[in-house]
Amino acid sequence: MSLLALNNISKRFGVHQALTEVSLAVEPGEVVAIIGRSGSGKSTLLRCINGLEWPESGTIEFDGKPFEPSPRRLKALRREIGIVFQSYNLFPHLCVERNITLGPTAAKGMTLAAARELTRKVLRMVDLEDKTAAYPQQLSGGQQQRVAIARALAMEPRLVLFDEITAALDPELIGEVVRVLDKLARDGMTMVLVTHEMGFARRSADTIVFMHQGRIWEKGPPAKLFGAPATAELDSFIDAILFVDPSARRRVG
Amino acid sequence: MNYVFEFNVVWDHLPELFEGALLTIQLSATAMALGLLVAIVCAYGKSAGPRPVRWLVADYVELIRNTPFLVQIFIFYFSLPVIGLRLTANTAALAAMTVNLGAYASEIVRAGIEAIPHGQVEAARALGLKRLQIFRFIIIFPALKTVYPALASQFILLMLSSSVVSTISAVELTAITNSLASTTFRSFEFYFVATGLYLAMALGFRAGLSAIYWAVFQRGRAA
Amino acid sequence: MARSFGTAEFRFLLEAIPSTLLLSLGALAGGAIVGLFVAILRIVPSRPLRWLATGYIGLFQGTPVLMQLFVTYYGLAVLFRIQVDAWPAVLLAFSLYSGAFLGEIWRGSIEAIPRAQWEAAECLSLSFPKQLWYVILPQAARISIPPTVGFAVQLIKNTSIAAIIGFVELTRAGQLMTNATFEPMIVYPIVAALYFILCWPLSLLAQTLESHIDVALGIKQHF
Repeated sequence: MSLLALNNISKRFGVHQALTEVSLAVEPGEVVAIIGRSGSGKSTLLRCINGLEWPESGTIEFDGKPFEPSPRRLKALRREIGIVFQSYNLFPHLCVERNITLGPTAAKGMTLAAARELTRKVLRMVDLEDKTAAYPQQLSGGQQQRVAIARALAMEPRLVLFDEITAALDPELIGEVVRVLDKLARDGMTMVLVTHEMGFARRSADTIVFMHQGRIWEKGPPAKLFGAPATAELDSFIDAILFVDPSARRRVG
Repeated sequence: MNYVFEFNVVWDHLPELFEGALLTIQLSATAMALGLLVAIVCAYGKSAGPRPVRWLVADYVELIRNTPFLVQIFIFYFSLPVIGLRLTANTAALAAMTVNLGAYASEIVRAGIEAIPHGQVEAARALGLKRLQIFRFIIIFPALKTVYPALASQFILLMLSSSVVSTISAVELTAITNSLASTTFRSFEFYFVATGLYLAMALGFRAGLSAIYWAVFQRGRAA
Repeated sequence: MARSFGTAEFRFLLEAIPSTLLLSLGALAGGAIVGLFVAILRIVPSRPLRWLATGYIGLFQGTPVLMQLFVTYYGLAVLFRIQVDAWPAVLLAFSLYSGAFLGEIWRGSIEAIPRAQWEAAECLSLSFPKQLWYVILPQAARISIPPTVGFAVQLIKNTSIAAIIGFVELTRAGQLMTNATFEPMIVYPIVAALYFILCWPLSLLAQTLESHIDVALGIKQHF
């Protein structure tokens, strides 16, 4: 049984059809990278997975249990599915440690001492052990994003979503974040990422999902999608990306 | 609770209450028009005038904004006669309301003026327009349009504060309510209904001001 | 027999200032409790509760403070069948009034917090009350300080209206001194000056805080 299963979900915003009959299954430990042009529905798809958006038709199942719109069920779901946002969304009035301990203590009833121990562990995973007392505004973009990742990890989720987490970063800060993503993938974390980082996708993803106009246009392992795109749309997308992302050019060529 | 509400007494006197409401509307509308004029002049002076004028306007605004309206009314009605300026109650009320609104509104209008993109002023100056012409043709209309909601709120606030002029026996709704309440001993009922009338007038003014906005600013004008 | 205005009369005015300040502080405290309640009611998912809060705010923002005083004063007299003391009636009226305005200010502060903060808290599995308590309210409180200080100035000025029902604060003291000395040209300007001394520093504080918060928000809004 898949950890996560989306069955024929469709989502409309007013007159704009964002998703049309999208189906996707994610196995435990799998790393899925969703790529596509802006407006292709990638972020909408991701946000449906943790209930931030709600499809009009189709079902989503996590661990075999279907999604329900009840607040209690959503709360329980979010203990298992974490998310990291493009704009990090750290809490500016709290220090790094408190940003990370808030979820485990207030939502999961963990003791503060246990939460602090957990904080040290997750900060070690993102290489920011010495920043527990710092405030978000004192950190660089890359550091803030790594704290955001640590914050999501502290909830000990079974699946983590990443919504274009490097898109708002200055180029020289992207590397430190991607390094953390590679490490998490190696450690067997189940991840679904919307990303433009083709190097990471090629390197660490098990499955690439290419979205176009609200549908899954192609799906498969990186070697197949990047090496032998089956559709003209994916071909032209890779072509467009190649001119922007030198690391992908080195891999695919 | 032994008190028996007797609202029929109020209904009997409704015509007088309505007359009071009308007087409030007239007083407020006049003060709004005059106050807006004062505000525009002051806003112009504060943004484009020589330094002494800017200081004068700033002092005027700070003085009005940091003292109670009631005390301002007392000064107009009780203090001015000492130096020879004796005003009737209603005139003093109107003067105090105008001066009060002028101060608050001038800050609002000034914000609107400063919101005009500077490029437009530069373009006008390059065309050879003089400062006053620029103000009249380029600045004041869009500025008023931008700050209209804030102005409208200030106007309604003014109409509501007009109830305080009853203390110097100016004739408007509160004064009439006072006398009716004291002669019939049905204070609660009269004040309750008068409050309802003020609420109705506030809603009415908001609707009327919206209509004016539509008529002046949005009828296909290329503003 | 008129007295002349001397130190004793001036001291009488000064001794009324604590009443003004006490009333303002009391109303601010009472209003804070009501206001927090009202602000939260304005953002809960339940529509009837939101309308209730909106109606409450609309009622107090759409009626004169003087009318609110009268209705509270005579309403209490009706409910308890006795002549109520000035203090409880005035304190209650001004607390309810403050609650409406503070509620509106604080709702604005809460709504200024980016939606992303709500989402981040929600995705950490925090319930709505916990989202408010740990994430939203602490940030909103910081933003709300300048307009709250600004409202405190408004409140101090509005306490002058209590003079009309005989409550002895600074303005009433001014009336009493004018009646005793027949010197309105001396007394009322001094009363205005005393209010100015109370209000102006607070106004300046509000303006300074406002610019600091804008800078801070600017950094936050970068994302």
